[in-house]
Amino acid sequence: MSTVVANGLSKRYRIGEYRAGYETLRDTVSHTVRRALRLEHVDHSAEDLWALKDVSFTIEEGEVVGFIGKNGAGKSTLLKILTRITPPTEGTATIRGRVGSILEVGTGFHPELTGRENTYLNGAILGMKRREINTKFDDIVEFSGIGKFIDTPVKRYSSGMYVRLAFAVAAHLDPEVLIIDEVLAVGDHEFQQRCMGRIEEISGSGRTVIFVSHDMQAVTRLCGRAYWLQGGQVMAEGPSDDVVSQYLQEASGAGAERVFTLDEAPGTGAVRLLSARIVDTSGETSYGVDVREPIGIELRFAVLGECGPLFPKIKLGNERGEVVFNALDTDARWRVAPEVGTYTCTAWIPPNLLNEGIVGVDVTVASIGAGTLVNHVNVPTLVRFHVRDPGLGDSAKGHFTGQFRGGVRPLLDWTTEFVESRAYETA
Amino acid sequence: MSEIPSDLPVTLIRPVRRSGIPNFGELWRARDLALILAWRDVKVRYKQSLIGIAWAILQPLLTMVVFTLIFGKFADLPAQGLPYPVFSMLNLVAWGFLASVFALTSGCVLANRMLVQKVHFPLLVLPLACILVPLVDFAFSFTVGLGITVGYDVPIQSTIVLAPLFLLMLGATGIGLGSFLAVINVRYRDVPYAVPFLVQLWLFASGVIYAADAIPEKYLNIASLNPAVGAITGFRWAIVGTPAPTTTMLALGLTTTVVVFVGGLWFYRRAEPRFADTL
Repeated sequence: MSTVVANGLSKRYRIGEYRAGYETLRDTVSHTVRRALRLEHVDHSAEDLWALKDVSFTIEEGEVVGFIGKNGAGKSTLLKILTRITPPTEGTATIRGRVGSILEVGTGFHPELTGRENTYLNGAILGMKRREINTKFDDIVEFSGIGKFIDTPVKRYSSGMYVRLAFAVAAHLDPEVLIIDEVLAVGDHEFQQRCMGRIEEISGSGRTVIFVSHDMQAVTRLCGRAYWLQGGQVMAEGPSDDVVSQYLQEASGAGAERVFTLDEAPGTGAVRLLSARIVDTSGETSYGVDVREPIGIELRFAVLGECGPLFPKIKLGNERGEVVFNALDTDARWRVAPEVGTYTCTAWIPPNLLNEGIVGVDVTVASIGAGTLVNHVNVPTLVRFHVRDPGLGDSAKGHFTGQFRGGVRPLLDWTTEFVESRAYETA
Repeated sequence: MSEIPSDLPVTLIRPVRRSGIPNFGELWRARDLALILAWRDVKVRYKQSLIGIAWAILQPLLTMVVFTLIFGKFADLPAQGLPYPVFSMLNLVAWGFLASVFALTSGCVLANRMLVQKVHFPLLVLPLACILVPLVDFAFSFTVGLGITVGYDVPIQSTIVLAPLFLLMLGATGIGLGSFLAVINVRYRDVPYAVPFLVQLWLFASGVIYAADAIPEKYLNIASLNPAVGAITGFRWAIVGTPAPTTTMLALGLTTTVVVFVGGLWFYRRAEPRFADTL
């Protein structure tokens, strides 16, 4: 059954005459007087800014749906409309059930009040009844790990403790539709995992979750489906893996395929690069690739004239600018000078080798002739692809859900033995 | 995690139709929130309890001393047969309640802007929750006021049980007028600076320093439009039996109270949907 149905939601903000929504009475009076005295032109150029334009979607009961997009894409505006903080300018939405939102952790926390007092205050603000908070109070404290500090004013809390308590309150809200905006960016790693677990628990119990985040790994892990917003409109919708890949591809510039006409093809008079693309095992161009599958990097180039033995080479780099590895095409064919014609070579990266994230491919085609090395083709970041881990536990990360550092993440053969049964005594 | 009930309420979100009529059902369901917000303000105010209580008492007490010196001794204003300290203290206690309700209400949206921008709740809760802090302050200052009255051997009348009615009139006036200013405050950020000044002027027009019967006959009806005049006269009458406000005075004041209370909240309610965008 549909839980959230949005129909052509739009939100207009007026910008122009006044930048901020508020102003000062003094300014308004002086503007009016100056206008009356014709000292100032009336500025009719107040512009309309559509923060959201004709956004429609349907979310079924029990779904976890992600909304992704750059800052200013309209995500926050959409959430503010769904949580009824601000009304839409046009369009409608219907929501079945109680809506709970974690828009900002600790909304309404007061520094002078104790953890206990703030729990009640924050609970009421988020829409819980006093009785409800009473019954959940122990669970909340337990989840937060605040323990004996619950009766200490929160101004004495560390920022970590503050966030933990705030999330604990929000996580025990029991609405049918839970809206979560970028809250996992805070807190330490261990606590983030607990939050993710809690969100999974909430969605597992048949509740609908709307999740907004810039953490693409969290979106792919938590959400079945995702919407990509850009300029206030829905750019793409579908399984979260695909939508995240499309979004990252767009955001990172270079995509999974580059094709050149012979005229514009990078290269020299002897060798020119015609195309490069990322392929999966079925030969399809693919931007988002499963870490457990082989990944092919296919280069096609033309040998136009005479040259020495060729060395097609790829260099892979990650988002942090680190070189992951270099690899030469070592095919026996390249030990002699190539025939004129078109060549395709595909480098297969074994499954479970690369780490998650965006990987860029630099392509070089060089030759050795008369004792000198000639770089015919040398293009940095020609194509990119997104390695992702569906998190089913059969990769090198097992059931660990955080991030691993490093360029590679091979699945190793582990031998593990139980040596003996023995009780140790410590001094 | 509890079971999901099958008959879920459906919320319809649509472009706002501006209406001044409150959604009473929603307001009633938010009573827990209203109480807890009011309780928060009290708690925070009296957290450092000595200063909190002392402030509630010292403010009217010191003003009373100054008034007694200037108006009672030097100007020798009539005090309806009461010792001037008793007269002015009782007036100041009642006036202080009105002034503090008004000042708090006028800043209620700005003070809670984090909430208004982050969660949905019936925003009428904010002005209505502004009654509790002044009420607690009143309880302290009123106790001191009664002490002074008894100390000057002025007998306290049994009509004191009617005093809450006049307090209600003052509270409703403060909330109504404050709600109106709260909306203006959201839009014009320099207005809050004017509030203390307005309160100051209002004090002089409210029969706090002088008794209402000192007002010249021809201005009396105009002055009575200020609900504080009738309410403070009535409050004093209820406690120490000074001359009661005339029916005309009360009727005029009450009319203003009702107009200001209903009108202020209506104005607030109409502006409410745009708060989150303007703040």
